[in-house]
Amino acid sequence: MAETIEQIANQEYKYGFVTDIESDVAPPGLNEDIIRLISAKKGEPEWLLEWRLKSLRHWLTMQEPTWANVKFNKIDYQAIRYYSAPKQKKTLNSLDEVDPELRRTFEKLGISLGEQKRLSGVAVDAVFDSVSVATTFRAELAKLGIIFCSFSDAVREHPDLVRKYVGSVVPYTDNFFATLNSAVFTDGSFCYIPKGVRCPMELSTYFRINSAGTGQFERTLIIADEGAYVSYLEGCTAPMRDENQLHAAVVELVALDGATIKYSTVQNWYPGDKEGKGGIYNFVTKRGKAFKNSKISWTQVETGSAITWKYPSCILQGDNSVGEFYSVALTNNHQQADTGSKMIHIGKNTRSTIVSKGISAGHGQQTYRGAVKILKSAEDARNYSQCDSLLLGDKCGAHTFPYIEVRNPTAKMEHEASTSKIGEDQLFYCQQRGISAEDAVSMIVNGFCREVFRELPMEFAVEAQKLLGVSLEGSVG
Amino acid sequence: MLEIKNLHAGIDGKEILHGLDLHVGSGEVHAIMGPNGSGKSTLANVLAGRPRYHVTAGSVSYEGKDLLALPTEERAREGVFLAMQYPVEIPGVNNIYFLKAALNAVRKHHGEEELDAMEFLQLARQKMKLVELDEAFMNRAVNEGFSGGEKKRNEIFQMAVLDPKLAILDETDSGLDIDALRIVAGGVNALRSEKHSVLVITHYQRLLSYLVPDFVHVLANGRIVRSGGKELAEELEQKGYEWIEQEVAAGAR
Ligand SMILES: Nc1ncnc2c1ncn2[C@@H]1O[C@H](COP(=O)(O)OP(=O)(O)OP(=O)(O)O)[C@@H](O)[C@H]1O
Ligand SMILES: [Mg+2]
Repeated sequence: MAETIEQIANQEYKYGFVTDIESDVAPPGLNEDIIRLISAKKGEPEWLLEWRLKSLRHWLTMQEPTWANVKFNKIDYQAIRYYSAPKQKKTLNSLDEVDPELRRTFEKLGISLGEQKRLSGVAVDAVFDSVSVATTFRAELAKLGIIFCSFSDAVREHPDLVRKYVGSVVPYTDNFFATLNSAVFTDGSFCYIPKGVRCPMELSTYFRINSAGTGQFERTLIIADEGAYVSYLEGCTAPMRDENQLHAAVVELVALDGATIKYSTVQNWYPGDKEGKGGIYNFVTKRGKAFKNSKISWTQVETGSAITWKYPSCILQGDNSVGEFYSVALTNNHQQADTGSKMIHIGKNTRSTIVSKGISAGHGQQTYRGAVKILKSAEDARNYSQCDSLLLGDKCGAHTFPYIEVRNPTAKMEHEASTSKIGEDQLFYCQQRGISAEDAVSMIVNGFCREVFRELPMEFAVEAQKLLGVSLEGSVG
Repeated sequence: MLEIKNLHAGIDGKEILHGLDLHVGSGEVHAIMGPNGSGKSTLANVLAGRPRYHVTAGSVSYEGKDLLALPTEERAREGVFLAMQYPVEIPGVNNIYFLKAALNAVRKHHGEEELDAMEFLQLARQKMKLVELDEAFMNRAVNEGFSGGEKKRNEIFQMAVLDPKLAILDETDSGLDIDALRIVAGGVNALRSEKHSVLVITHYQRLLSYLVPDFVHVLANGRIVRSGGKELAEELEQKGYEWIEQEVAAGAR
């Protein structure tokens, strides 16, 4: 079976085209001048420039972390271009003004920036290289008081909100990549749902890296005010390139009293070729802060990137707050992933759930790294963690590092873990009934991921299933 | 229907079948008996195309085609069904979904329209009755947590739905209680027609009294050493295998 499984891994990455578009780029390198340039290009207020500079100075004192179970060549941070924007008129009055070449790109990705999206009820913000290109449904959402726009627009139009919350969940000193992001971030999405408002549609951001030699450093900030509800989805793709490109994003979620934020990711950055050449380094910091009676739920389907380093986390600060993490991560060929979640219980009666499903095929290496901390103040906290690995073939690997720290004896903790292999016997059983090995694998993998897929919004669940099928094609013959 | 000639086959480099001949005509039910380790499951798995089993010599023709040249799933789609001695569990995959995928793969192969969920359910319900399986089983994962007997009944249920031309039952009767045995036999008898052939591997006369085979063969040391009618099974039940082995040894001398 080993050889049959190898064969499935031979799927072309279908989002690997490059868009030929003129862009406005900064020279490679990182120093205070570059930061000033980015800030000036974006017409930012002084406080934000100061914050960036503070971050850069701090970053210069930091070391790239080495604790993650991933291997890669040293990144030359001075060789990266920290700003690249598609050239177009400064302000857009309507979507029709978006560069047609750009529009075609998004159409190829199956993302319509036009009104068709109304039918599926999804509002989209599209980020191309470093800059947000267009946000749909802004006006409609605004009627409810919902702000959904690019981060840059938010800085201009809602500086108080941005200033109050940016860095409040992931401080600029947090970690090497988050600090780098704080210094150089160029755009991202911003979202604010006012008190008591239930956002009537899925909000969604599509990120695309296009230019060569650029990094993408976007920053997303979502604030759900008291009693508000929002469901948010992000999708990511990139062209095929021989060199590795760095993606170091920061996502901050703030769920105020009684609010609910559901954040779903379908990550399909270019994973590199079969020999492990090229691909995106996806080093991302995602964290949410949950106040009283609120709930933050992360769902992720990670199939892309050469290396993934990411631990969407919840700080359960308020009493009765709830944190959830549902994850499917797939590593094929030479992909590596070190991912998991951190749940920090501070408030009383806080609850968290971690369900992690890792699938490894080819030479894929995958590590689950999870931390659950119950602080002294967290009376009657509960955590349930489940961490399952599925191996296809015998050249891949799965590793599990659950860290648990309990400072309050009333805590109830449950941890389950399993590792299984798609066995020769299972494949034979399916084939003996007439089902091809490829369909059999996709059936077994989808069955394995069911608990996570059902957390995704309906249409994205279907997309995610297809994506897994595509990513595994060639690992069984 | 099935013509096996001088079949030499084995597993992981070890030869188990040393020149086996067998002819199964259309509509016939053949029983294969024989001591433990004699190669019965090996024969079944070789016919079904299980990986790790390999053929070193001989031929198998199935409906005029070279069976050994067909990939595993193709054999299944052409109507070869193996009810396994140890049915496999597939966690997370719904039983009914699995079987629908299987049936539709077979139908597609024959250029027939695939059944939609409603049509399939109707067919499945009907067959479920035949094997007296509760509908609750259908919504569980394939064989997961099924008792030994339930797994065997599920095999017969799948067979009933897929309607194979050549059904191979590898000790489907072992581990069954009396009622289940009757049900399994009923499932096989319902399949019986001029177009369906059955190869039943068993250690016990009991199943054969419900099934009544047209032929009984004894497999020992990788060869068919004796063939006869249903009386042979009765004789074996009484006398065991030793006498045959002795006769064979004497004949060889
Ligand atoms: N992987 C293997 N390597 C070597 N020998 C094997 C291997 N697997 C099975 N065998 C041997 O092949 C022989 C035939 O096995 P087989 O399962 O065909 O017997 P059987 O007639 O079905 O027996 P039973 O009645 O117990 O089911 C046995 O002696 C068994 O030990
Ligand atoms: Mg056997």
